[in-house]
Amino acid sequence: MNDSSYCIQTNNLNVYYGTKHALKNVSVNIRTNYVTSLIGPSGCGKSTFLRALNRMNDLIENVRTEGQVTFDSTDIYAPSVDVVELRKRVGMIFQKSNPFPKSIYDNVAYGPRIYGVRDSRKLDEIVERSLIQAALWDEVKDDLKKSGLSLSGGQQQRLCIARALAVDPEVLLMDEPASALDPIATAKIEELIFRLKERYTIVIVTHNMQQAARVSDYTAFFYLGELVEFDITKNIFTMPSIKQTEDYVTGRFG
Amino acid sequence: MERHFQHELESLKTMLIKMGSVVEENVSHSLQALLDQNEPLAHTVFADEERINAMELEIDNAIIDLLALQQPVASDLRFIVATQKINNDLERIGDHAVNIAESDLNLLKVKPIESLLELPKMIVTTKFMLRQALDSFILLDPKMAQSVLENDDQVDTLNRDMVSEVIELLKADRQNIECGLELIRISRNLERIADISTNIAEEVIFHTQARVVKHHAEEHHS
Repeated sequence: MNDSSYCIQTNNLNVYYGTKHALKNVSVNIRTNYVTSLIGPSGCGKSTFLRALNRMNDLIENVRTEGQVTFDSTDIYAPSVDVVELRKRVGMIFQKSNPFPKSIYDNVAYGPRIYGVRDSRKLDEIVERSLIQAALWDEVKDDLKKSGLSLSGGQQQRLCIARALAVDPEVLLMDEPASALDPIATAKIEELIFRLKERYTIVIVTHNMQQAARVSDYTAFFYLGELVEFDITKNIFTMPSIKQTEDYVTGRFG
Repeated sequence: MERHFQHELESLKTMLIKMGSVVEENVSHSLQALLDQNEPLAHTVFADEERINAMELEIDNAIIDLLALQQPVASDLRFIVATQKINNDLERIGDHAVNIAESDLNLLKVKPIESLLELPKMIVTTKFMLRQALDSFILLDPKMAQSVLENDDQVDTLNRDMVSEVIELLKADRQNIECGLELIRISRNLERIADISTNIAEEVIFHTQARVVKHHAEEHHS
């Protein structure tokens, strides 16, 4: 497999919060157009790892990052990197849906406008395409002027996905995108993730191991800041190579 | 939004239907080789047995993945459990076809037989039961599955008749011992194929109606 099949590669990635060593020598290759899930008990470093992939950790005080994260052949921690541009290409979806207190249309058009799209027909196109991709269009196409906050929790989360898609990212980082949703809304998000991988590379943190099993192609198991095992999801859930992984996925600890 | 899991269930079903058709064909070949005393046809049964074994493993793997990754419940779970059992049933029917083909070849080496006794009748009924069991799975038709169960006694009776008739034959002419043993062996294998066909039908009833009909389980619980 050549390097172009990998979208993001980390090499001996270490992250410290003050004196706490949160992520220890993690080297992972994230494959393009696949879903990679990050699992492990609370505090294992999975969210820290996720946030390191588009420098969201920079927003935390006293954080120190060592090692390399390569995206599109560039070390994203190099001084020359434009972080805003990086986060446009590597978008993020959070656990709690956070639409802006604006209309559905303006939520989705927000990013493109910031990046300079002014033409209203172009904006209309982007809004429609993004909402279709986020599987929300049919439910909201007649109410685009309604506030994003008036939608249900599951719809709000799909609105946030549409908002992230509107700036045409290559990678979507998802931090427990369905953990605040009911089972039906969760199933919709999971199905959406399955479809989105045709066009995007997705990395998802989830507390729900079954969700990792259902949606992802690759799974990384973290424990105490270390990457314990990384393999295709099928192997992690049918015959993990490492005892700690086996104990975690079978619910014997964690 | 339709779940992609549904597509995976459909493709599992397709895999099993394909395996079913190869098994059914192999059974037919083993029996046609008997009726026509066709040695090359009997040999094809051994080669196709390899294909059947490979298909069984492939289906096993697909089932393990679906169980581990999709956590199926209710009718989805019953479907996967039924499929796993039918997969095993089909592989065993494949083994019985091989046994019959072996007997075909042995029969060609011994004194020619004048009559196949009850075997032609058993062949018709057994093939019909297997076909109906597979069709009931393809169509998910519990009524058709039920009718498979009702034919089993007929094959059991024919098998018993075969044994009695072969014993009579051997009493009359001891030169026929090898031939008689092979006929009983074929009869026994047909009886097993018919019996396993009823297992397949039982799994179809379990999947479609959530009823356990094997071992008269419903009567025990009512």
